[in-house]
Amino acid sequence: MSDRFVWYRFWAVVTKEFIQMRRDRLTFAMMVGIPLIQLMLFGFAINADPKELPAAVLSADHSEFSRSFVRALENSGYFKVTAQPSTEAEAERLIAEGDVQFVVNIPENFARKLQRGERPAILVEADATDPTATGNAVGALSQLAQTALDHDLRGALQPLQGKPAPFEVRIHRRYNPEGITQYNIVPGLMGVILTMTMIMQTGLAMTRERERGTMENLLATPVRPFEVMAGKIVPYIMVGYIQVTLILLAARFVFNVPMLGNVALLYGVVLAFIAANLAVGLMFSTVAKNQMQAMQMTFFFFLPSMLLSGFMFPFRGMPEWAQNIGSVLPLTHFLRMVRGILLKGNGLAETLPHLWPIGLFLLTVVAIGLKRYRKTLD
Amino acid sequence: MGNDDLAINVEGLTKRFNGLLAVSNLALQVRRGEIYGFLGPNGSGKTTTIRMLCGLLTPDGGRGTCLGYDVIRETRQIKRQVGYMTQRFSLYEDLSIRENLDFTARIYGMGNRRQAVDSALERLGLADRRNQLAGTLSGGWKQRLALAACMLHEPRLLLLDEPTAGVDPKARRDFWDEIHRLAGEGITVLVSTHYMDEAERCNRLAYIAYGTLLARGTVAEVVKDSGIVTWMAECADLYALGSQLRGQPGVSQVVPFGNVLHVSGTDAALLERAIAPFRAQAGCRWTPIQPGLEDVFIQMMEKARDNV
Repeated sequence: MSDRFVWYRFWAVVTKEFIQMRRDRLTFAMMVGIPLIQLMLFGFAINADPKELPAAVLSADHSEFSRSFVRALENSGYFKVTAQPSTEAEAERLIAEGDVQFVVNIPENFARKLQRGERPAILVEADATDPTATGNAVGALSQLAQTALDHDLRGALQPLQGKPAPFEVRIHRRYNPEGITQYNIVPGLMGVILTMTMIMQTGLAMTRERERGTMENLLATPVRPFEVMAGKIVPYIMVGYIQVTLILLAARFVFNVPMLGNVALLYGVVLAFIAANLAVGLMFSTVAKNQMQAMQMTFFFFLPSMLLSGFMFPFRGMPEWAQNIGSVLPLTHFLRMVRGILLKGNGLAETLPHLWPIGLFLLTVVAIGLKRYRKTLD
Repeated sequence: MGNDDLAINVEGLTKRFNGLLAVSNLALQVRRGEIYGFLGPNGSGKTTTIRMLCGLLTPDGGRGTCLGYDVIRETRQIKRQVGYMTQRFSLYEDLSIRENLDFTARIYGMGNRRQAVDSALERLGLADRRNQLAGTLSGGWKQRLALAACMLHEPRLLLLDEPTAGVDPKARRDFWDEIHRLAGEGITVLVSTHYMDEAERCNRLAYIAYGTLLARGTVAEVVKDSGIVTWMAECADLYALGSQLRGQPGVSQVVPFGNVLHVSGTDAALLERAIAPFRAQAGCRWTPIQPGLEDVFIQMMEKARDNV
């Protein structure tokens, strides 16, 4: 026997691999599809310098100067005024629910004080739960005071131009004043970890039955599809809760993430998120022919979840089409819920707007899964 | 025969997979309490038929009853009273013997679960190995466990799909003794097999090839109806004799069995004429014998293939 490297033997293995690769269409599609998706997402959707961030303007001064300031905000490219709340409570709700990233407070008598040279202050509250999302916009703000009103300060007011700026912009980084990245990442990781493990575990749970032939036995018994699905989901819900608990403990005692809201509420809403992911896994397992395919589908779902949900990159930095895809994904809404509860101290009222999209997603996926689950072997 | 006497009574059963006919217009009558053998080559539609009978596959055509329930509409009732043993071991290999039985008992919602599982373990003789993982059992034990699991809910009909494939002779014999004991208790058994000795242990049997039923009845009836005549030749050079006989008019099969040769045909006169020249050969002894089931089935299969 020769133990040299022999070409024909090597070639035999190469040909066999290619034949098998061709047989498994899904794997082949994944090998082409995954790079394409990555290219689209990384290439077009992801933008670490988000522009046109929604801002609410709470103005108690209706002068030409306030209007100019707002215009200058929008002209910077970083802000887009999407709301004009009339009360502070309304402004507070907007930023708590995450509808706006900034609240611009223009004080009463802003124009009068400005004209008198008293250098009035405009307060800009930024939602700093995700420091990277607001960083550049905040940077642009400080430049703004210098030049925003140049156009209006003419004639007698000309001397107010230049240094020091005619008014002051005070920035208040809400929820995360020191801009600590962990505050944002650690609660987010809870969602990412749950997505990964929940989908994969249930995805494998059903395909394993089919691959090992135990499915045939199960189908020959009087057990109903819903009983099988629910029975497979419940144990993993418990696993999910163990994961949530571990991450919360680490967040609290290792990373010192603030927990302003009600942890019990978080435990409650996490159920919808876990259920949604488990349902995705079960749906995958009704489609996948083997465990390998279930793994690939998990990855196929996981990648956009991570990139388009606002976990890795600012959600508002993405083009509209990417935001639309992101809005379908449960992780997107879960991130807003968990950050809202932990960092903003949100209650049920502020959480509900992010809960129902997860519920809707869950119902849709369960419906597809039940339709695809075959009671017979046909 | 009234429907009450029949555990299985179906007709016109048809199933296609992607346009390919797997089972075609099949009729099957199995009496209550009998052991019915289901024979046929690989891919002939045995498994498909069994799966249709227990509601795992929906027939494309045909009608009938299983234990008095409609095979199309009342599959849930059928599943409750049928024990189905799959061809491939389909219990959980990563559960222990006891856990597997316990799971099955729970699925069927048995009230006296613990007791049923314990007595099944006792009957199996696996009581002291109850905590062993099912995956670590040998082929024969896996098969006994699978039978115990599908008997747990006390079904009235057992559908066994090649239960003894790959099992040693002793385990096979024990298995069949168990089947006969169950039939004695009034349970109907439909069992598919490739083994002729097993076919002969059935009360009646059916032979299916290419999705079509070719013969049915008792072993004696099937052999008689086939019209096959067989001669046994004892000769010095069996190989030479065999190759000379093959292809002769009237000779349809030449099969060596150890030191003898079985020569069969469907036309007695034609066959005798074909072997006549060899009967006079020195050192050769020719005897007419009763054809075996295997000769009959191979004959049928070849005839059926010619017709396809």
